Amino acid sequence: MKNRLYLYFILILLLAFVAGNLAYPKYIKGVFGNFPDIPFKLGLDLQGGTHLIYKADLSNVEKENYSTAMEGLRDIIERRINMFGVAEPIVQTQQAQGQHRLVVELAGVTDPGQAIEMIGQTPFLEFRTQKPEQETQDILAKREEIQGKSQEEIEQIENWELAFEDPYFKPTELTGKYLEKAELAFDPNTSDPIILLQFDKEGSAIFERITQENTGKILAIYIDGLRISTPVVQEKIAGGQARITGDFNVEEAKDLARNLNAGALPVPIELISQQSVGPTLGAVSLAESLKAGIVGFFLVILFLIIFYRFPGFLASLSLAVYIAVILSLFKLIPVTLTLAGIGGFILSIGMAVDANILIFSRFREELKQEKSFSVALTEGFRRSWPSIRDGNITTLIVALILFGLGTSFIKGFAFTLSIGILISMFSAIFITRNLMNLCVGTKLETIKWLWK
Amino acid sequence: MIKITKHKKIWFGLSIVLMVLAVAFLFVFGLKPGIDFTGGSIMELEYKEARPSNQEILEKLKDFDLGTIYVQPTGEKGMIIRMKDISEQTHQEILGVLSQETQMIPGQEGEMEMQINITDLEEIRFESIGPTIGRELRDKTNIVAIAALLSMIIYIALAFRKIKRPLKSWQYGIASVIALFHDILIPLGAFAVLGKLYNVEITIPVITALLAVLGYSINNTVVVFDRIRENLLKRGESFEDTVDISISQTLSRQINTSLTTLFVAGAIFFLGGATLHYFSLALMLGILAGTYSSIFLAGNLLVAWYSLKRK
Repeated sequence: MKNRLYLYFILILLLAFVAGNLAYPKYIKGVFGNFPDIPFKLGLDLQGGTHLIYKADLSNVEKENYSTAMEGLRDIIERRINMFGVAEPIVQTQQAQGQHRLVVELAGVTDPGQAIEMIGQTPFLEFRTQKPEQETQDILAKREEIQGKSQEEIEQIENWELAFEDPYFKPTELTGKYLEKAELAFDPNTSDPIILLQFDKEGSAIFERITQENTGKILAIYIDGLRISTPVVQEKIAGGQARITGDFNVEEAKDLARNLNAGALPVPIELISQQSVGPTLGAVSLAESLKAGIVGFFLVILFLIIFYRFPGFLASLSLAVYIAVILSLFKLIPVTLTLAGIGGFILSIGMAVDANILIFSRFREELKQEKSFSVALTEGFRRSWPSIRDGNITTLIVALILFGLGTSFIKGFAFTLSIGILISMFSAIFITRNLMNLCVGTKLETIKWLWK
Repeated sequence: MIKITKHKKIWFGLSIVLMVLAVAFLFVFGLKPGIDFTGGSIMELEYKEARPSNQEILEKLKDFDLGTIYVQPTGEKGMIIRMKDISEQTHQEILGVLSQETQMIPGQEGEMEMQINITDLEEIRFESIGPTIGRELRDKTNIVAIAALLSMIIYIALAFRKIKRPLKSWQYGIASVIALFHDILIPLGAFAVLGKLYNVEITIPVITALLAVLGYSINNTVVVFDRIRENLLKRGESFEDTVDISISQTLSRQINTSLTTLFVAGAIFFLGGATLHYFSLALMLGILAGTYSSIFLAGNLLVAWYSLKRK
């Protein structure tokens, strides 16, 4: 009996040691350099970041293609975000209220405005052919005519709109829509970066026709309305392969290829919800909630020791182990810590001692009835168990239902509260109990004021 | 032993007064739902230099279509602006306008000259929630609240199914649900008053806290009822005495557990920052109401029901 107690005690010490060092590895790292140092995973509200919800407009999509369209949308947006260099972005499709949605979470983004712009942006690739000489002259002449004139004066001139047209090139039907893929390559002669384009079947046919019609002329490549390169068509090109050479470095060419690949969004999207937290507020929130947790913890310990004396002290020890275990679990699972999660965790500190309090109250009652120390202890634990069980189950049920609500705030709270309740039962039933049992038959047992 | 059942009229009276007040406040003032539930946007700014007055901000925003705008200073240099939900473009435009400071300075010949400076400000938080998302959350919250209530009733009925005398198990269930209503209603009433006086809104965190109170309240009642169940089995006292004994025996636990939870909730309230401020307030109010109801209300309800049955 006593031997098993010592074994448990050693187990508890071991657990406390491992959990404590996992939760706060600073000291042990000095001794064992390769002790795992797992960081906490912080939610958007604590590290700063932005949470976006987009509504997808699927009105032009057949019903049976909804999920394909949404997956395509997700993939494209994911690619765009990856280019933005956000660590661990989350892009999820979601269906609610008859709407198809895309949820985007970007942690650590300091400029959400820029991120939003980038998500919605479409690189628009088009090919333009040369205009007839006469047309070019007309436009240039018109441009000269309007030089130095005010808006009102310009509008007096006949065909003034002509002056604002591209004098040299006119759009063709060949656009990025027909692009199958784009990739970065290098010119074998000059080693300059180039972009190889591969059109799909339809695009290849159009490309073949255009190159045939424009042999010897310039076929300009525009991206987002900007002229990127102006190659001269040497001959008719079949097979749908084109190359863009231009005045760009390797990095720019790589980005361009990626942007072209990312392509246009398959369906239009609309931003319907945005929640952004600046990194300053996140850091402040984290510091404040940590402070609240520490202060709350010490208040609870102080109260336990003043009111329950030695058992209170033992319960404080098991509460400390409880906190270390929870924090290690947060790291190991890993749980994304949000402000709500920390709130739930801090609250669970207050609730975790409930089991201890139930046991101690019962234990004192039994002692008052002149029962022996060890009998009082056994009875105290045995009789308080139904209340501990029932009470915790109700809180667990509520936590589980809260989990079903689905907003991240509530989920975070419900999750940490649930873990907290489970571990707190363990800490009261196993840790506190064994610590108390260790006192049975020792001198401590006879010092009455320690226990009453 | 404390004779709590003896003065049950006083304890009932106090609860009824509080509950009637709460209902009255809820009807007269109503609750102010936050943008989580209605849709809308909230922008929190931190000025590097002195912050402008509310009037100046409203003046700058008057050309936008923003619905009703609430401007509220926060901290030393902070400002919280609430308005209807806006697009990202409008959001950026507003930021642009707010960071421009126009100053009228006397120029030559006594004329006023306008000077535009750029004010250094940082947007520390921005939320814009569309009405669909708000409606969805409202629906979800209703479902969760109902599910939580139902599951509590079922749980109590199951936990006390073995009790047959002197009251049926479902009567314990009803008594604990009345206590539950009491514990939720009183904080809600308080939030109606706070909403009226200080524009405090019912947000997701407040709802979360109230739902947590739900579990907590049942937990408290269960501890008392558990003890009544235990004492009924082994003692021969009258039902009133059994209830009194059970409440006295559990009194220190009720108070102590509430205190420890209040300590941590209080720590969050005073130190935990803005997001968790009203979360912890709702918790504290719920815990206080829950402690009161588990000591003075739940057991007395059983006794009242019992004497009604005997008549």
